[in-house]
Amino acid sequence: MAAASPAIELPSPRDRTSAKILRAVAKTPLHLILVALGALWLVPTFGLFITSILPASALANKGWWQIFSHPSVATWSNYDKLFHNSGLLNALKTTAYIAVGNTLIVVIIGAMAGYAFAWLEFPGRDWIFVGVIGLLVVPLQMALIPMFKLYDTFGIFDTVISIILFHVAFGLPFAIFLLRNFFVGLPKDILESARIDGASEITIFLRLILPLGLPAIASLAIFQFLWTWNDLIVALTFGQNVQPITVWIFGQLREFGTSIDVIAPASFISLVVPLCVFFAFQRYFVQGLLAGSVK
Amino acid sequence: MSKGSITAEPPVRAAPPSPHSVGRAGYLTGIFFLGPALVLLTVWMVYPAVYTIIRSFFGTTGYLGNWVGIANYERLFTTATLLRAIENNAIWVAVVPALVTAIGLIFAVLTERVGWAVAFKTVVFLPMAISAFATGVTWRILYQQDPDLGAINALGRSVSSFVSTPGVLPNAIPSTPTMHTSKGAIVLKTPLQPGRSIALGLTGIPPQSVPGSAKQAVQPKAKAGDIDGVVWRDFKPGGGKPGVVESQELGLPGVTVQLRDSSGKTRTAKTADDGTFDFSGLPHGTTYTASIGAQTFAKPFGGFSWLGPKLITPSLLIAYIWIWAGFAMVVIGAGLAAMPRDVLEASRTDGATEWQVFRRVTVPLLAPVLSVVFITMIINVLKVFDLVIALAPESTQSNANVIALAMWRTAFGGANDFGTGSAIAVFLFLLVIPVLALNIRRFKRDV
Repeated sequence: MAAASPAIELPSPRDRTSAKILRAVAKTPLHLILVALGALWLVPTFGLFITSILPASALANKGWWQIFSHPSVATWSNYDKLFHNSGLLNALKTTAYIAVGNTLIVVIIGAMAGYAFAWLEFPGRDWIFVGVIGLLVVPLQMALIPMFKLYDTFGIFDTVISIILFHVAFGLPFAIFLLRNFFVGLPKDILESARIDGASEITIFLRLILPLGLPAIASLAIFQFLWTWNDLIVALTFGQNVQPITVWIFGQLREFGTSIDVIAPASFISLVVPLCVFFAFQRYFVQGLLAGSVK
Repeated sequence: MSKGSITAEPPVRAAPPSPHSVGRAGYLTGIFFLGPALVLLTVWMVYPAVYTIIRSFFGTTGYLGNWVGIANYERLFTTATLLRAIENNAIWVAVVPALVTAIGLIFAVLTERVGWAVAFKTVVFLPMAISAFATGVTWRILYQQDPDLGAINALGRSVSSFVSTPGVLPNAIPSTPTMHTSKGAIVLKTPLQPGRSIALGLTGIPPQSVPGSAKQAVQPKAKAGDIDGVVWRDFKPGGGKPGVVESQELGLPGVTVQLRDSSGKTRTAKTADDGTFDFSGLPHGTTYTASIGAQTFAKPFGGFSWLGPKLITPSLLIAYIWIWAGFAMVVIGAGLAAMPRDVLEASRTDGATEWQVFRRVTVPLLAPVLSVVFITMIINVLKVFDLVIALAPESTQSNANVIALAMWRTAFGGANDFGTGSAIAVFLFLLVIPVLALNIRRFKRDV
């Protein structure tokens, strides 16, 4: 019956398919450009990985792309050697201590302060918060020399805790800023009714704020973890025997050409953990980024 | 990601006033929750900042006691490497924020209507998770000068091989002083008349560079009306006489010999396997100049010195943009997604081209987001450190110097000049103060 009234006939499925194909073809240059750009962004890291699985002898006179013509030169021996290198293993352990320790402390102290700025009433609250915002952009170079002296005076130079505390302090302004903004947006009536029911501020913080604030806390934790895992300057300044992986690799850079079979795999190991964290928590990472930079 | 600020203009909502009465208990609760943060911020940020400012007016070593006034700041603007750091940072600020914002905008717009945008965005965003230090190592591998080792120069070599083929004998030199090098070509000094047989001996040719088809060199006989001769490897193990073709000396095939007469007209001939060549039918009475063409000696592409003193800063900028493009793309992409669709559709319906829509509608609407990215990148660029120290070899770090690196090298890089180091830190702080002022104004406006 419908065929009898062609005026209201819907386009047949085949027409729609051809339209789709046409549109796809029109977009081909765009796809090609994006594929090329994507390759441009992948090649450097890919090159690092391939370099890391080539023996020093193969790298002496030919670059990593030789793998395409001689796939057989690839070997895990570089990694094998590294995992028997106590220096690198210690560096990895140190990095993990610093990154995890810093993340935990920043999250706890930052959440407490964020809650205070968002939901507690006390004199000077907003002024202190303005001060914290002011600290957001202070370059850490401003603190390197005084803390170097202070750590020396108190005998905690070259310790994991001194490096962690430096990271904590410089992570706090962003932590407080991010969490306070998130906590302010939490539903007010839930908090008020909890207070009316006689819950203490500590109970409210532990039972309500922390669970409700989890998305923001997750974003913060990921940022802090990546910042400290990837840090070079703080550990380079306050550590001598205490070396996270970046500083350990830095010590090898002087012989870049001859130690490439150590530098490349160690660098790749150093970026595997951040990449895993990134892929596992990508959503929180991007959320935190946007919360930090756009309204 | 590198420890950079990702907050240019923090969005702040005013806290709702709490009906909670402010009593002694309220005070104590406030101290309990805020205390740890305030202690840390005071000891690790406020005290050091004040100390560094004071310290910058005192001399190199020791604590406070050696007052030098503004001498440290004067040194900042008179020492060559420190000036270079300031200049370089100025280049960074001029180039990077604009390019990162532009690339982020282009990527965000391009991916907006592509099915696999998420995959593309993930790939471009990846460098944000990696340390700037590891990125430095990564790019240092790519930037190596030898085209056999550095991927970028390898690419450059394949491109340049389309434009000009390297010569067969890149390092050859004349074997006797009867010839001299001129504009890359090797020229026989004495002019010639037809009826001569000339000997063009070359040395400096490693055995493996001699073409495989080469045969024993032969000095051809002179013929009337001809100029002939031989190009050969004038070297024999254990000595031999330069300028004379001897046994065991090979001819050089495939070499281009040029013969120019006094009017400027040039004839060319290729040498045979025994190195001989022959120009026949030459009119009598004209004089000629013989030479071996420059293309024979063209050096192969040796690679750009990306890590050398001249190119190190551009190389760093490229790697840095590679890191941060993903940040700009994601933030701008979010701004794009939040844009009112009907405005775009309306302008398209009104007949605007895609470019007009982009230029007149999209960009103006995105202006606040673009400025956030731009300002954020200014702060990040002012603080750049890890990438420079990882990517620039020690020999060119002075050429690649930036303010944060200069501060560290002055205070901790051996000289241990805490006075000048403090002055550099304060200078860096002063540069970011405008952003700080912007943050606070924004907060006050929102309260």
